[in-house]
Amino acid sequence: MRVNLAVKIGKLKLKNPVMVASGTFGYAEEFKGFINLKKLGAIVTKTITLNPRRGNPPARTCETPSGMLNSIGLENPGLEAFLKDKLPFLEKLGIPIIMSIASEDDSREFIELAKRLNKLKAVSALELNISCPNVMGQESLISQDCQATYSIVKSIRRITAKTLITKLSPNVTCISDLAKAAEDAGSDCLALINTLSGMSINTERQSPRLAAVVGGLSGPAIRPVALKMVWEAYNKIKIPIIGMGGIIDTPSALEFFIAGASAISIGTANFINPRVSVEIISGLGKYLKRKKIKDIHSLTGSLIYES
Amino acid sequence: MLQIKAKITSNKKFKGSCWHCIVNAPSLCRASKPGQFLNVRISEGLKPFLRRPFSIHNIFGGKLEILYNVVGEGTRAFSGKKSGDYLDLIGPLGKGFDYVGARGKRVILIAGGIGVAPLLFLSKEIKSRDKLILIGARTRDQVLCEKEFRNSGSDVKISTDDGSRGFSGRVTDLLKNIIATEKAAKGAMQLYACGPGPMLKEVCNIAIANNLQAQVSLEEHMGCGIGACLGCVVKTKNGLKRVCKEGPVFYAKELIW
Ligand SMILES: Cc1cc2nc3c(=O)[nH]c(=O)nc-3n(C[C@H](O)[C@H](O)[C@H](O)COP(=O)(O)OP(=O)(O)OC[C@H]3O[C@@H](n4cnc5c(N)ncnc54)[C@H](O)[C@@H]3O)c2cc1C
Ligand SMILES: Cc1cc2nc3c(=O)[nH]c(=O)nc-3n(C[C@H](O)[C@H](O)[C@H](O)COP(=O)(O)O)c2cc1C
Ligand code: FES
Repeated sequence: MRVNLAVKIGKLKLKNPVMVASGTFGYAEEFKGFINLKKLGAIVTKTITLNPRRGNPPARTCETPSGMLNSIGLENPGLEAFLKDKLPFLEKLGIPIIMSIASEDDSREFIELAKRLNKLKAVSALELNISCPNVMGQESLISQDCQATYSIVKSIRRITAKTLITKLSPNVTCISDLAKAAEDAGSDCLALINTLSGMSINTERQSPRLAAVVGGLSGPAIRPVALKMVWEAYNKIKIPIIGMGGIIDTPSALEFFIAGASAISIGTANFINPRVSVEIISGLGKYLKRKKIKDIHSLTGSLIYES
Repeated sequence: MLQIKAKITSNKKFKGSCWHCIVNAPSLCRASKPGQFLNVRISEGLKPFLRRPFSIHNIFGGKLEILYNVVGEGTRAFSGKKSGDYLDLIGPLGKGFDYVGARGKRVILIAGGIGVAPLLFLSKEIKSRDKLILIGARTRDQVLCEKEFRNSGSDVKISTDDGSRGFSGRVTDLLKNIIATEKAAKGAMQLYACGPGPMLKEVCNIAIANNLQAQVSLEEHMGCGIGACLGCVVKTKNGLKRVCKEGPVFYAKELIW
């Protein structure tokens, strides 16, 4: 039996629904020795800002039960250096490249970024990172406010025809309200979830394990939270969802489809097993065959339960 | 860079809290250079979750050695591995020591505690007949690899913080004494160091004050070990650099402490 793993997200056609999450795959070159990058459904770049960012001081990572905290602080070379040094390698892969972008303190930067990227064929879609918890001094996230989310997505929608993905934060009271705001503003797709904010303490030193004190939690520890948010958003909106948060193997990837995701993204698991993404692509195919499901589409939101 | 499952041929207590593991890994051995490291997946499960970085301690006949201190959950689980078990290894990672320039020069290696780990492999590869290793430890029972360094053709000097063996005091004070008495050889002297952060900082200060070339191997907490997460950066004069990619070995003169 032939099974179909191809999915469509906005205008974007992916040959399979497995991508790698922003910030966990560098600019892909780091992984070329481990996997055939061309096999991936898509690659999401580390978030890029208009100007270079130094990020936060070390220590920037620490292990926590079944997960890790990070406070990288959006270190990136800035748009110009990205286009010159990183994009050419990505472009040659011939698979969709989703560029994650963020603004620092002024949301006009988002518009500027979107305008500049509009013309580039090598960029297949834009992912708006309005949910990074790691920018010091920032009091709240755009994606913690429905109105702010609506207005930023709307203003970028106006100026770009590219597929627009809005990445939301789990650090909110009601995820489906924010999902709806992004949908209403014209987002083609949602990416759920970014990291949960958290901290960890060294008790001997009575000091935080991260220099920035707080950071973003990722890995299997957050999977139940992520799944529930995907499921809630799925029940409220019509646009497709890219599910992520603690996926480490085929069963954990399948959970997200069943909860309502149309595609999935692999984050922290890339650090532990750099080959995990391609292993999951083949695992999904095998599962569909075994369950006699022709198309991965039919798995999305296929949760069976009595309510 | 390889990702392999290597069979453990021996994993034994070496001294105190220090353990010694040997794996069968011919392909890794062929690719490895002194100062590079491995990122080790200790458990197939979630505990510990991330990989753990360890220096390549030694290679011989297709076998690779890791020398490690049991300090926490991950290294404790490592010490529970038996010969015949497999270890999932990624490596060799990082760029290692630059030792071509050491040929024919006076070479001083400075190790603090478990910092001996990458220096044994280095001392075997360095083509100089004039090698001295300073092994620093808190106390005499914690002096590591004295015999191994002697066998590799190095002179050995020992320092202990409590004075129970060798020079009494810090290994960096021993280094200062040696530099002061060997003034003549200065121009041709090369330093290589690995150990705790404060010790490495002091080695860098000494090197700069005496106008000597020094390379130090740093540790930083790692997410990925392969340059993808930007979790392991240190400050240098040329901006932030990743310990796992541009390091773990840096020149004294490029670091900002
Ligand atoms: C390039 C490099 C080479 C190293 N080589 C050796 C070696 O040859 N022998 C040896 O004994 N140790 C070495 N270390 C240190 C070793 O990685 C840590 O001791 C080990 O990760 C501790 O794990 P744990 O779970 O037992 O400790 P825990 O403290 O429970 O670890 C918790 C987390 O902190 C990280 N961590 C703790 N201490 C360190 C440290 N010093 N450096 C980096 N991360 C740390 C762990 O990796 C883990 O993610 C090296 C570190 C680096 C960066
Ligand atoms: C080290 C690290 C860096 C990250 N950087 C970014 C980033 O730059 N932009 C972004 O949108 N998400 C970033 N994330 C969040 C991930 O893309 C993902 O949403 C999150 O880690 C949850 O998935 P996971 O549990 O599979 O890792 C980062 C995560 C980690 C662990
Ligand atoms: S540990 Fe991820 S970049 Fe060095």
